[in-house]
Amino acid sequence: MNFRIVSALVWRYLFLYTRTPMRLVELVFWPMVDLLVWGYLTLFIQENAGHSLPYPIAYLLGGIVLWDVLFRAQQGVAVSFLEDVWTRNLLNVFVAPVRTSEYVVATFGVGIMRILVTVSMMLLVAFMLYQFNVFTMGWALLPFFLNLLLCGWSLGMISTALILRWGQAAESLAWAVPFFIQPFVAVFYPIGSIKPEWIQYFALAMPPTHVFEGMREVMKTGTFNMHHFFWASVLNVIFLAASAWIFSSTLAATRRRGLLTKFATQ
Amino acid sequence: MPDDPPIVLTAQNLTREFDGVKALDGFSFNLHRGEILGLLGANGAGKTTAMNMLLGLTTPTAGTIQVFGKELQQHRVEVLSRMNFSSAYTSLPGNLRVWQNLRVFARIYGVPEPKKRIAELLDLLEIGYLHDRVTGQLSAGESTRVNLCKALLNKPDLLLLDEPTASLDPDIADKVRKFVRRMQKEHNIAILYTSHNMRDIEEVCDRVIFLHKGRVVAEGTPEEIVNRSEQASLEDVFIKIARSGEVEE
Ligand SMILES: Nc1ncnc2c1ncn2[C@@H]1O[C@H](COP(=O)(O)OP(=O)(O)OP(=O)(O)O)[C@@H](O)[C@H]1O
Ligand SMILES: [Mg+2]
Repeated sequence: MNFRIVSALVWRYLFLYTRTPMRLVELVFWPMVDLLVWGYLTLFIQENAGHSLPYPIAYLLGGIVLWDVLFRAQQGVAVSFLEDVWTRNLLNVFVAPVRTSEYVVATFGVGIMRILVTVSMMLLVAFMLYQFNVFTMGWALLPFFLNLLLCGWSLGMISTALILRWGQAAESLAWAVPFFIQPFVAVFYPIGSIKPEWIQYFALAMPPTHVFEGMREVMKTGTFNMHHFFWASVLNVIFLAASAWIFSSTLAATRRRGLLTKFATQ
Repeated sequence: MPDDPPIVLTAQNLTREFDGVKALDGFSFNLHRGEILGLLGANGAGKTTAMNMLLGLTTPTAGTIQVFGKELQQHRVEVLSRMNFSSAYTSLPGNLRVWQNLRVFARIYGVPEPKKRIAELLDLLEIGYLHDRVTGQLSAGESTRVNLCKALLNKPDLLLLDEPTASLDPDIADKVRKFVRRMQKEHNIAILYTSHNMRDIEEVCDRVIFLHKGRVVAEGTPEEIVNRSEQASLEDVFIKIARSGEVEE
Protein backbone atom coordinates (compact mmCIF):
# COMPACT_ATOMS: atom_id res chain seq x y z
CA MET A 1 0.00 0.00 0.00
CA ASN A 2 1.56 3.24 -1.16
CA PHE A 3 0.02 6.29 0.50
CA ARG A 4 1.40 8.68 -2.08
CA ILE A 5 -0.76 6.92 -4.65
CA VAL A 6 -3.79 6.79 -2.37
CA SER A 7 -3.49 10.51 -1.70
CA ALA A 8 -3.05 11.26 -5.40
CA LEU A 9 -6.33 9.49 -6.10
CA VAL A 10 -8.01 11.36 -3.26
CA TRP A 11 -6.73 14.65 -4.75
CA ARG A 12 -8.46 13.74 -7.97
CA TYR A 13 -11.81 13.59 -6.14
CA LEU A 14 -11.10 16.73 -4.15
CA PHE A 15 -10.37 18.59 -7.37
CA LEU A 16 -13.59 17.16 -8.77
CA TYR A 17 -15.71 18.38 -5.88
CA THR A 18 -14.17 21.85 -5.87
CA ARG A 19 -14.61 22.11 -9.63
CA THR A 20 -18.21 20.93 -9.65
CA PRO A 21 -20.12 22.32 -6.66
CA MET A 22 -23.28 20.58 -7.90
CA ARG A 23 -21.77 17.36 -6.53
CA LEU A 24 -21.84 18.96 -3.09
CA VAL A 25 -25.50 19.91 -3.41
CA GLU A 26 -26.33 16.25 -3.78
CA LEU A 27 -24.46 15.53 -0.55
CA VAL A 28 -26.72 17.88 1.35
CA PHE A 29 -30.02 17.99 -0.49
CA TRP A 30 -31.51 14.51 -0.03
CA PRO A 31 -30.44 14.10 3.58
CA MET A 32 -32.12 17.43 4.35
CA VAL A 33 -35.32 16.34 2.65
CA ASP A 34 -35.35 13.17 4.76
CA LEU A 35 -34.70 15.08 7.91
CA LEU A 36 -37.44 17.60 7.25
CA VAL A 37 -40.15 15.26 5.99
CA TRP A 38 -39.70 12.51 8.58
CA GLY A 39 -38.99 14.96 11.38
CA TYR A 40 -42.14 16.97 10.72
CA LEU A 41 -44.21 13.82 10.31
CA THR A 42 -43.08 12.47 13.66
CA LEU A 43 -43.74 15.81 15.33
CA PHE A 44 -47.23 15.78 13.87
CA ILE A 45 -47.93 12.26 15.04
CA GLN A 46 -46.53 12.95 18.48
CA GLU A 47 -48.66 16.06 18.91
CA ASN A 48 -51.83 14.28 17.83
CA ALA A 49 -51.24 11.10 19.73
CA GLY A 50 -50.58 13.12 22.83
CA HIS A 51 -47.68 11.85 24.81
CA SER A 52 -48.98 8.33 24.81
CA LEU A 53 -46.78 7.58 21.81
CA PRO A 54 -43.94 5.42 23.06
CA TYR A 55 -41.73 6.13 20.13
CA PRO A 56 -39.76 9.34 20.49
CA ILE A 57 -38.70 11.44 17.56
CA ALA A 58 -35.12 10.93 18.65
CA TYR A 59 -35.19 7.30 17.49
CA LEU A 60 -36.21 8.36 14.05
CA LEU A 61 -33.77 11.24 13.77
CA GLY A 62 -30.96 9.09 15.12
CA GLY A 63 -31.87 6.45 12.55
CA ILE A 64 -31.86 8.99 9.72
CA VAL A 65 -28.50 10.46 10.66
CA LEU A 66 -26.75 7.16 11.31
CA TRP A 67 -28.20 5.56 8.19
CA ASP A 68 -26.61 8.35 6.26
CA VAL A 69 -23.20 7.46 7.65
CA LEU A 70 -23.59 4.04 6.05
CA PHE A 71 -25.09 5.40 2.84
CA ARG A 72 -22.41 8.08 2.32
CA ALA A 73 -19.61 5.59 2.96
CA GLN A 74 -21.12 3.27 0.38
CA GLN A 75 -21.55 6.16 -2.07
CA GLY A 76 -17.95 7.22 -1.57
CA VAL A 77 -16.84 3.89 -2.99
CA ALA A 78 -19.47 3.28 -5.66
CA VAL A 79 -19.90 6.83 -6.98
CA SER A 80 -16.15 7.47 -7.05
CA PHE A 81 -15.80 4.44 -9.28
CA LEU A 82 -18.62 5.74 -11.48
CA GLU A 83 -16.96 9.16 -11.69
CA ASP A 84 -13.98 7.39 -13.24
CA VAL A 85 -16.26 5.55 -15.66
CA TRP A 86 -18.18 8.71 -16.62
CA THR A 87 -15.02 10.72 -17.22
CA ARG A 88 -13.37 7.84 -19.09
CA ASN A 89 -10.52 7.97 -16.62
CA LEU A 90 -10.61 4.35 -15.55
CA LEU A 91 -8.16 3.28 -18.22
CA ASN A 92 -5.63 5.92 -17.20
CA VAL A 93 -5.84 4.65 -13.63
CA PHE A 94 -5.60 0.98 -14.54
CA VAL A 95 -2.56 1.44 -16.76
CA ALA A 96 -0.86 3.38 -13.98
CA PRO A 97 1.03 1.55 -11.22
CA VAL A 98 -2.02 1.58 -8.95
CA ARG A 99 -2.85 -1.49 -6.88
CA THR A 100 -6.48 -2.44 -6.57
CA SER A 101 -6.18 -2.01 -2.81
CA GLU A 102 -4.85 1.54 -3.24
CA TYR A 103 -7.73 2.43 -5.52
CA VAL A 104 -10.27 1.03 -3.09
CA VAL A 105 -8.71 2.68 -0.04
CA ALA A 106 -8.81 6.04 -1.84
CA THR A 107 -12.54 5.61 -2.36
CA PHE A 108 -12.85 4.72 1.35
CA GLY A 109 -11.23 8.06 2.09
CA VAL A 110 -13.68 9.82 -0.19
CA GLY A 111 -16.45 8.09 1.78
CA ILE A 112 -15.17 9.59 5.01
CA MET A 113 -15.07 13.07 3.49
CA ARG A 114 -18.61 12.72 2.18
CA ILE A 115 -19.79 11.64 5.61
CA LEU A 116 -18.16 14.61 7.29
CA VAL A 117 -19.97 17.02 4.97
CA THR A 118 -23.38 15.37 5.12
CA VAL A 119 -23.51 14.33 8.74
CA SER A 120 -22.28 17.62 10.15
CA MET A 121 -24.98 19.44 8.17
CA MET A 122 -27.63 17.01 9.37
CA LEU A 123 -26.61 17.28 13.00
CA LEU A 124 -26.80 21.04 12.85
CA VAL A 125 -30.27 21.04 11.31
CA ALA A 126 -31.57 18.30 13.61
CA PHE A 127 -30.38 20.28 16.60
CA MET A 128 -31.85 23.55 15.42
CA LEU A 129 -35.24 22.21 14.33
CA TYR A 130 -35.88 19.41 16.78
CA GLN A 131 -33.42 20.04 19.61
CA PHE A 132 -32.04 16.63 18.75
CA ASN A 133 -28.51 16.39 20.04
CA VAL A 134 -26.79 13.29 18.85
CA PHE A 135 -23.92 13.86 21.25
CA THR A 136 -26.10 12.95 24.23
CA MET A 137 -25.28 9.41 23.13
CA GLY A 138 -21.75 10.22 24.22
CA TRP A 139 -18.80 8.03 23.36
CA ALA A 140 -21.14 5.25 22.18
CA LEU A 141 -21.38 7.20 18.94
CA LEU A 142 -17.85 6.29 17.98
CA PRO A 143 -18.33 2.50 17.76
CA PHE A 144 -21.69 3.06 16.00
CA PHE A 145 -20.05 5.35 13.52
CA LEU A 146 -17.11 3.04 12.83
CA ASN A 147 -19.30 0.02 12.34
CA LEU A 148 -21.56 1.82 9.90
CA LEU A 149 -18.53 3.12 8.05
CA LEU A 150 -17.16 -0.40 7.62
CA CYS A 151 -20.51 -1.70 6.50
CA GLY A 152 -20.88 1.16 4.00
CA TRP A 153 -17.48 0.34 2.54
CA SER A 154 -18.49 -3.31 2.15
CA LEU A 155 -21.71 -2.38 0.40
CA GLY A 156 -19.74 0.06 -1.77
CA MET A 157 -17.42 -2.68 -2.96
CA ILE A 158 -20.36 -4.96 -3.63
CA SER A 159 -22.14 -2.23 -5.62
CA THR A 160 -19.01 -1.64 -7.68
CA ALA A 161 -18.58 -5.36 -8.28
CA LEU A 162 -22.19 -5.57 -9.51
CA ILE A 163 -21.64 -2.64 -11.88
CA LEU A 164 -18.45 -4.26 -13.17
CA ARG A 165 -20.34 -7.49 -13.69
CA TRP A 166 -23.47 -6.09 -15.32
CA GLY A 167 -22.01 -3.09 -17.09
CA GLN A 168 -22.78 0.56 -17.05
CA ALA A 169 -26.47 -0.11 -17.58
CA ALA A 170 -26.51 -1.24 -13.95
CA GLU A 171 -25.09 2.01 -12.63
CA SER A 172 -28.24 2.88 -10.69
CA LEU A 173 -27.21 0.04 -8.37
CA ALA A 174 -24.75 2.51 -6.91
CA TRP A 175 -27.74 4.19 -5.25
CA ALA A 176 -29.96 1.15 -4.82
CA VAL A 177 -27.77 -1.43 -3.09
CA PRO A 178 -28.00 -0.02 0.47
CA PHE A 179 -31.76 0.07 0.17
CA PHE A 180 -31.91 -3.66 -0.56
CA ILE A 181 -31.06 -4.19 3.08
CA GLN A 182 -32.58 -1.07 4.64
CA PRO A 183 -36.00 -2.59 5.41
CA PHE A 184 -34.37 -5.49 7.23
CA VAL A 185 -31.72 -3.84 9.36
CA ALA A 186 -34.03 -2.12 11.86
CA VAL A 187 -33.01 1.44 11.06
CA PHE A 188 -36.25 3.11 12.17
CA TYR A 189 -38.02 0.37 14.16
CA PRO A 190 -36.92 -2.37 16.53
CA ILE A 191 -36.07 -5.74 15.11
CA GLY A 192 -39.21 -7.20 16.70
CA SER A 193 -41.33 -5.26 14.21
CA ILE A 194 -39.85 -7.11 11.27
CA LYS A 195 -42.30 -9.77 10.10
CA PRO A 196 -42.48 -12.68 9.35
CA GLU A 197 -40.32 -13.64 12.24
CA TRP A 198 -37.82 -15.75 10.32
CA ILE A 199 -36.59 -12.60 8.58
CA GLN A 200 -35.34 -11.50 11.97
CA TYR A 201 -32.60 -14.13 11.69
CA PHE A 202 -31.51 -12.55 8.47
CA ALA A 203 -31.63 -9.14 10.15
CA LEU A 204 -29.43 -10.35 12.98
CA ALA A 205 -26.84 -11.51 10.48
CA MET A 206 -26.49 -7.93 9.17
CA PRO A 207 -24.02 -5.68 11.01
CA PRO A 208 -26.16 -2.48 10.89
CA THR A 209 -29.04 -4.15 12.73
CA HIS A 210 -26.88 -4.36 15.82
CA VAL A 211 -25.85 -0.73 15.48
CA PHE A 212 -29.42 0.56 15.27
CA GLU A 213 -30.63 -1.71 18.07
CA GLY A 214 -27.71 -0.50 20.14
CA MET A 215 -28.48 3.12 19.30
CA ARG A 216 -32.05 2.86 20.56
CA GLU A 217 -30.89 1.16 23.71
CA VAL A 218 -28.44 3.94 24.47
CA MET A 219 -31.15 6.53 23.89
CA LYS A 220 -33.66 4.70 26.07
CA THR A 221 -31.59 3.41 28.97
CA GLY A 222 -28.27 5.14 28.59
CA THR A 223 -26.42 1.83 28.53
CA PHE A 224 -24.15 0.67 25.77
CA ASN A 225 -24.89 -2.91 24.86
CA MET A 226 -21.60 -4.79 24.43
CA HIS A 227 -23.40 -7.74 22.93
CA HIS A 228 -24.64 -5.71 19.97
CA PHE A 229 -21.27 -4.03 19.59
CA PHE A 230 -19.51 -7.37 19.55
CA TRP A 231 -21.76 -8.79 16.85
CA ALA A 232 -21.71 -5.67 14.70
CA SER A 233 -17.90 -5.73 14.72
CA VAL A 234 -17.51 -9.43 14.06
CA LEU A 235 -20.03 -9.39 11.24
CA ASN A 236 -18.40 -6.31 9.74
CA VAL A 237 -14.99 -7.94 9.60
CA ILE A 238 -16.54 -10.92 7.83
CA PHE A 239 -18.50 -8.68 5.46
CA LEU A 240 -15.50 -6.53 4.65
CA ALA A 241 -13.32 -9.54 3.85
CA ALA A 242 -16.06 -11.14 1.77
CA SER A 243 -16.81 -8.00 -0.23
CA ALA A 244 -13.13 -7.27 -0.83
CA TRP A 245 -12.85 -10.79 -2.19
CA ILE A 246 -15.97 -10.36 -4.34
CA PHE A 247 -14.68 -7.06 -5.68
CA SER A 248 -11.20 -8.26 -6.56
CA SER A 249 -12.39 -11.47 -8.15
CA THR A 250 -14.98 -9.56 -10.19
CA LEU A 251 -12.25 -7.20 -11.35
CA ALA A 252 -10.07 -10.14 -12.34
CA ALA A 253 -13.00 -11.70 -14.18
CA THR A 254 -13.61 -8.40 -15.99
CA ARG A 255 -9.98 -8.43 -17.14
CA ARG A 256 -10.35 -12.03 -18.30
CA ARG A 257 -13.50 -11.23 -20.23
CA GLY A 258 -11.71 -8.27 -21.79
CA LEU A 259 -14.41 -5.87 -20.65
CA LEU A 260 -12.36 -3.50 -18.53
CA THR A 261 -11.52 -1.41 -21.56
CA LYS A 262 -15.18 -1.22 -22.56
CA PHE A 263 -15.82 0.66 -19.32
CA ALA A 264 -13.02 3.00 -20.05
CA THR A 265 -13.67 3.96 -23.62
CA GLN A 266 -17.36 3.66 -24.44
CA MET B 1 19.64 -1.90 -35.42
CA PRO B 2 23.26 -1.25 -34.45
CA ASP B 3 24.52 -3.96 -32.02
CA ASP B 4 21.02 -5.04 -31.08
CA PRO B 5 20.06 -2.91 -28.08
CA PRO B 6 18.51 -4.75 -25.15
CA ILE B 7 15.00 -6.14 -25.42
CA VAL B 8 12.37 -4.18 -23.53
CA LEU B 9 9.27 -6.14 -24.39
CA THR B 10 8.76 -9.74 -25.46
CA ALA B 11 5.41 -11.21 -26.39
CA GLN B 12 5.26 -14.92 -27.06
CA ASN B 13 2.40 -16.68 -28.75
CA LEU B 14 -0.02 -14.03 -27.50
CA THR B 15 -3.56 -15.21 -28.15
CA ARG B 16 -6.91 -13.77 -27.24
CA GLU B 17 -10.31 -15.27 -27.95
CA PHE B 18 -13.60 -13.49 -27.62
CA ASP B 19 -16.57 -15.86 -27.64
CA GLY B 20 -14.63 -18.51 -29.51
CA VAL B 21 -13.31 -16.07 -32.14
CA LYS B 22 -9.60 -15.32 -32.11
CA ALA B 23 -8.99 -11.56 -32.07
CA LEU B 24 -5.28 -12.25 -31.77
CA ASP B 25 -3.69 -15.55 -32.73
CA GLY B 26 -0.18 -16.57 -31.73
CA PHE B 27 1.32 -13.09 -31.87
CA SER B 28 5.06 -13.05 -31.04
CA PHE B 29 7.46 -10.15 -31.23
CA ASN B 30 10.33 -8.34 -29.50
CA LEU B 31 10.66 -4.63 -28.97
CA HIS B 32 14.13 -3.22 -28.41
CA ARG B 33 15.27 -0.25 -26.44
CA GLY B 34 14.96 2.95 -28.45
CA GLU B 35 12.96 1.30 -31.21
CA ILE B 36 9.63 2.46 -32.60
CA LEU B 37 7.56 -0.49 -33.74
CA GLY B 38 4.45 0.15 -35.80
CA LEU B 39 1.45 -2.13 -35.50
CA LEU B 40 -0.62 -2.04 -38.66
CA GLY B 41 -3.76 -3.72 -39.84
CA ALA B 42 -7.34 -3.15 -40.89
CA ASN B 43 -10.11 -2.31 -38.45
CA GLY B 44 -10.56 -5.28 -36.17
CA ALA B 45 -7.14 -6.78 -36.96
CA GLY B 46 -6.31 -7.01 -33.26
CA LYS B 47 -4.04 -4.01 -32.63
CA THR B 48 -5.93 -2.58 -29.68
CA THR B 49 -6.47 -6.06 -28.25
CA ALA B 50 -2.71 -6.59 -28.33
CA MET B 51 -2.08 -3.26 -26.60
CA ASN B 52 -4.67 -3.94 -23.93
CA MET B 53 -2.96 -7.21 -23.08
CA LEU B 54 0.46 -5.53 -22.99
CA LEU B 55 -1.01 -3.06 -20.50
CA GLY B 56 -2.50 -5.75 -18.31
CA LEU B 57 -6.05 -4.56 -19.01
CA THR B 58 -7.09 -7.77 -20.72
CA THR B 59 -5.86 -11.22 -19.74
CA PRO B 60 -4.45 -13.29 -22.63
CA THR B 61 -6.16 -16.55 -23.45
CA ALA B 62 -2.69 -17.95 -24.06
CA GLY B 63 0.86 -16.72 -24.36
CA THR B 64 3.28 -14.75 -22.22
CA ILE B 65 4.34 -11.13 -21.93
CA GLN B 66 7.68 -10.04 -20.49
CA VAL B 67 8.46 -6.40 -19.93
CA PHE B 68 11.92 -5.33 -18.72
CA GLY B 69 12.62 -9.04 -18.33
CA LYS B 70 9.71 -9.54 -15.93
CA GLU B 71 6.46 -11.43 -16.32
CA LEU B 72 3.75 -8.78 -16.69
CA GLN B 73 1.02 -10.54 -14.73
CA GLN B 74 3.18 -11.12 -11.65
CA HIS B 75 4.95 -7.74 -11.67
CA ARG B 76 2.14 -5.58 -12.99
CA VAL B 77 2.64 -2.55 -10.74
CA GLU B 78 6.42 -2.53 -10.94
CA VAL B 79 6.36 -2.83 -14.72
CA LEU B 80 3.61 -0.25 -15.21
CA SER B 81 5.56 2.34 -13.25
CA ARG B 82 8.14 2.36 -16.07
CA MET B 83 5.56 2.31 -18.87
CA ASN B 84 2.89 4.65 -20.08
CA PHE B 85 0.06 4.78 -22.55
CA SER B 86 -1.90 7.26 -24.56
CA SER B 87 -4.75 6.77 -26.97
CA ALA B 88 -6.99 9.00 -28.99
CA TYR B 89 -9.91 7.12 -27.43
CA THR B 90 -9.35 7.80 -23.78
CA SER B 91 -9.31 11.13 -22.03
CA LEU B 92 -8.45 12.68 -18.74
CA PRO B 93 -11.37 13.71 -16.51
CA GLY B 94 -13.15 16.52 -18.33
CA ASN B 95 -14.28 18.38 -15.24
CA LEU B 96 -10.75 19.02 -13.99
CA ARG B 97 -8.33 21.63 -15.24
CA VAL B 98 -5.40 20.42 -17.30
CA TRP B 99 -2.88 21.15 -14.53
CA GLN B 100 -5.04 19.37 -11.96
CA ASN B 101 -5.18 16.22 -14.06
CA LEU B 102 -1.47 16.30 -14.71
CA ARG B 103 -0.70 16.90 -11.02
CA VAL B 104 -2.81 13.90 -10.02
CA PHE B 105 -0.98 11.61 -12.44
CA ALA B 106 2.40 13.11 -11.60
CA ARG B 107 1.71 12.17 -7.99
CA ILE B 108 0.51 8.69 -8.90
CA TYR B 109 3.74 8.10 -10.84
CA GLY B 110 5.85 9.73 -8.13
CA VAL B 111 7.32 12.35 -10.48
CA PRO B 112 9.95 14.51 -8.74
CA GLU B 113 9.38 18.28 -9.07
CA PRO B 114 5.99 17.77 -10.71
CA LYS B 115 5.29 21.46 -11.41
CA LYS B 116 8.51 21.85 -13.33
CA ARG B 117 8.06 18.61 -15.22
CA ILE B 118 4.52 19.53 -16.25
CA ALA B 119 5.54 22.99 -17.46
CA GLU B 120 8.45 21.45 -19.36
CA LEU B 121 6.25 18.89 -21.14
CA LEU B 122 3.51 21.38 -21.97
CA ASP B 123 6.20 23.59 -23.51
CA LEU B 124 7.69 20.73 -25.50
CA LEU B 125 4.27 19.99 -26.97
CA GLU B 126 3.64 23.70 -27.50
CA ILE B 127 0.52 23.71 -25.36
CA GLY B 128 1.67 25.78 -22.41
CA TYR B 129 -1.41 27.94 -22.88
CA LEU B 130 -3.66 24.99 -21.97
CA HIS B 131 -2.31 24.77 -18.41
CA ASP B 132 -5.35 26.38 -16.76
CA ARG B 133 -8.00 25.25 -19.20
CA VAL B 134 -10.84 22.86 -18.35
CA THR B 135 -9.91 19.50 -19.86
CA GLY B 136 -13.40 18.71 -21.14
CA GLN B 137 -13.49 21.89 -23.20
CA LEU B 138 -10.38 21.14 -25.22
CA SER B 139 -10.57 20.30 -28.90
CA ALA B 140 -9.78 16.72 -29.89
CA GLY B 141 -6.30 17.66 -31.00
CA GLU B 142 -5.57 19.63 -27.84
CA SER B 143 -6.73 16.82 -25.63
CA THR B 144 -4.65 14.29 -27.57
CA ARG B 145 -1.58 16.34 -26.81
CA VAL B 146 -2.53 16.69 -23.14
CA ASN B 147 -2.86 12.89 -23.06
CA LEU B 148 0.63 12.63 -24.53
CA CYS B 149 1.85 14.88 -21.75
CA LYS B 150 0.36 12.52 -19.20
CA ALA B 151 2.03 9.62 -20.99
CA LEU B 152 5.47 11.18 -20.66
CA LEU B 153 5.23 12.40 -17.06
CA ASN B 154 7.09 9.42 -15.63
CA LYS B 155 9.81 9.41 -18.32
CA PRO B 156 8.71 5.94 -19.41
CA ASP B 157 11.11 3.40 -20.90
CA LEU B 158 8.23 1.87 -22.82
CA LEU B 159 5.44 3.85 -24.37
CA LEU B 160 2.30 2.45 -26.00
CA LEU B 161 0.53 4.81 -28.36
CA ASP B 162 -2.80 3.74 -29.84
CA GLU B 163 -3.57 5.97 -32.83
CA PRO B 164 -1.98 9.07 -31.29
CA THR B 165 -2.54 11.11 -34.44
CA ALA B 166 -6.19 10.23 -35.05
CA SER B 167 -8.22 13.45 -35.29
CA LEU B 168 -5.17 15.70 -35.55
CA ASP B 169 -4.84 18.24 -38.36
CA PRO B 170 -1.86 17.70 -40.70
CA ASP B 171 0.17 20.41 -39.01
CA ILE B 172 -0.30 19.10 -35.48
CA ALA B 173 0.04 15.50 -36.65
CA ASP B 174 3.41 16.44 -38.09
CA LYS B 175 4.42 18.06 -34.82
CA VAL B 176 3.37 15.01 -32.85
CA ARG B 177 5.34 12.71 -35.16
CA LYS B 178 8.45 14.84 -34.77
CA PHE B 179 7.88 14.93 -31.05
CA VAL B 180 7.63 11.16 -30.80
CA ARG B 181 10.81 10.83 -32.84
CA ARG B 182 12.57 13.31 -30.62
CA MET B 183 11.54 11.52 -27.43
CA GLN B 184 12.84 8.30 -28.87
CA LYS B 185 16.18 9.83 -29.86
CA GLU B 186 16.76 11.81 -26.70
CA HIS B 187 15.51 9.33 -24.14
CA ASN B 188 15.88 6.02 -25.92
CA ILE B 189 12.24 5.13 -25.29
CA ALA B 190 10.86 1.98 -26.85
CA ILE B 191 7.56 2.79 -28.51
CA LEU B 192 4.75 0.63 -29.82
CA TYR B 193 2.69 2.67 -32.21
CA THR B 194 -0.54 2.05 -34.07
CA SER B 195 -1.96 4.25 -36.76
CA HIS B 196 -4.08 4.13 -39.88
CA ASN B 197 -2.04 6.89 -41.39
CA MET B 198 0.72 5.41 -43.58
CA ARG B 199 2.59 8.68 -43.64
CA ASP B 200 2.80 8.42 -39.86
CA ILE B 201 4.16 4.93 -40.03
CA GLU B 202 6.74 5.70 -42.71
CA GLU B 203 8.02 8.72 -40.89
CA VAL B 204 7.96 7.42 -37.36
CA CYS B 205 8.48 3.67 -37.31
CA ASP B 206 11.78 1.80 -37.51
CA ARG B 207 9.99 -1.47 -38.03
CA VAL B 208 6.43 -2.52 -38.81
CA ILE B 209 4.27 -5.54 -38.12
CA PHE B 210 1.18 -6.13 -40.23
CA LEU B 211 -1.67 -7.96 -38.54
CA HIS B 212 -4.55 -9.52 -40.38
CA LYS B 213 -7.36 -11.16 -38.42
CA GLY B 214 -5.08 -11.49 -35.44
CA ARG B 215 -2.13 -13.06 -37.28
CA VAL B 216 1.17 -11.56 -38.37
CA VAL B 217 1.28 -11.39 -42.19
CA ALA B 218 4.32 -9.20 -42.73
CA GLU B 219 7.19 -7.78 -40.75
CA GLY B 220 10.17 -5.54 -41.52
CA THR B 221 11.09 -1.94 -42.15
CA PRO B 222 8.49 -0.03 -44.17
CA GLU B 223 10.80 -0.07 -47.24
CA GLU B 224 11.47 -3.77 -46.96
CA ILE B 225 7.79 -4.55 -46.86
CA VAL B 226 7.00 -2.33 -49.83
CA ASN B 227 9.85 -3.84 -51.88
CA ARG B 228 8.98 -7.41 -51.00
CA SER B 229 5.34 -6.99 -51.87
CA GLU B 230 6.01 -5.31 -55.22
CA GLN B 231 3.47 -2.64 -54.39
CA ALA B 232 4.02 1.03 -55.05
CA SER B 233 3.58 2.23 -51.48
CA LEU B 234 2.87 1.17 -47.94
CA GLU B 235 -0.69 2.30 -48.45
CA ASP B 236 -1.07 -0.16 -51.32
CA VAL B 237 0.41 -2.93 -49.21
CA PHE B 238 -2.10 -2.10 -46.51
CA ILE B 239 -5.02 -2.30 -48.92
CA LYS B 240 -3.73 -5.51 -50.44
CA ILE B 241 -3.44 -7.15 -47.03
CA ALA B 242 -6.78 -5.86 -45.83
CA ARG B 243 -8.54 -7.33 -48.88
CA SER B 244 -6.69 -10.59 -49.47
CA GLY B 245 -4.91 -11.24 -46.20
CA GLU B 246 -1.64 -11.72 -48.07
CA VAL B 247 1.30 -9.53 -48.99
CA GLU B 248 2.38 -11.17 -52.23
CA GLU B 249 0.40 -12.18 -55.29
N1 LIG C 1 -14.35 -7.19 -25.33
C1 LIG C 1 -14.54 -7.75 -26.52
N2 LIG C 1 -15.52 -8.67 -26.69
C2 LIG C 1 -15.71 -9.26 -27.89
N3 LIG C 1 -14.98 -8.99 -28.98
C3 LIG C 1 -14.00 -8.08 -28.89
C4 LIG C 1 -13.73 -7.40 -27.66
N4 LIG C 1 -12.69 -6.56 -27.87
C5 LIG C 1 -12.33 -6.70 -29.16
N5 LIG C 1 -13.12 -7.61 -29.77
C6 LIG C 1 -13.00 -8.06 -31.19
O1 LIG C 1 -11.65 -8.37 -31.44
C7 LIG C 1 -11.28 -7.98 -32.76
C8 LIG C 1 -10.05 -7.10 -32.72
O2 LIG C 1 -10.40 -5.84 -32.20
P1 LIG C 1 -9.35 -4.67 -31.94
O3 LIG C 1 -10.05 -3.60 -31.22
O4 LIG C 1 -8.14 -5.24 -31.35
O5 LIG C 1 -9.03 -4.20 -33.44
P2 LIG C 1 -8.08 -3.01 -33.93
O6 LIG C 1 -7.04 -3.65 -34.76
O7 LIG C 1 -7.64 -2.17 -32.81
O8 LIG C 1 -9.09 -2.23 -34.87
P3 LIG C 1 -9.26 -0.64 -35.14
O9 LIG C 1 -8.31 -0.31 -36.22
O10 LIG C 1 -10.66 -0.54 -35.61
O11 LIG C 1 -8.99 0.08 -33.87
C9 LIG C 1 -12.51 -7.31 -33.35
O12 LIG C 1 -13.17 -8.25 -34.17
C10 LIG C 1 -13.35 -6.96 -32.16
O13 LIG C 1 -14.71 -6.99 -32.47
MG1 LIG D 1 -7.92 -0.10 -32.26
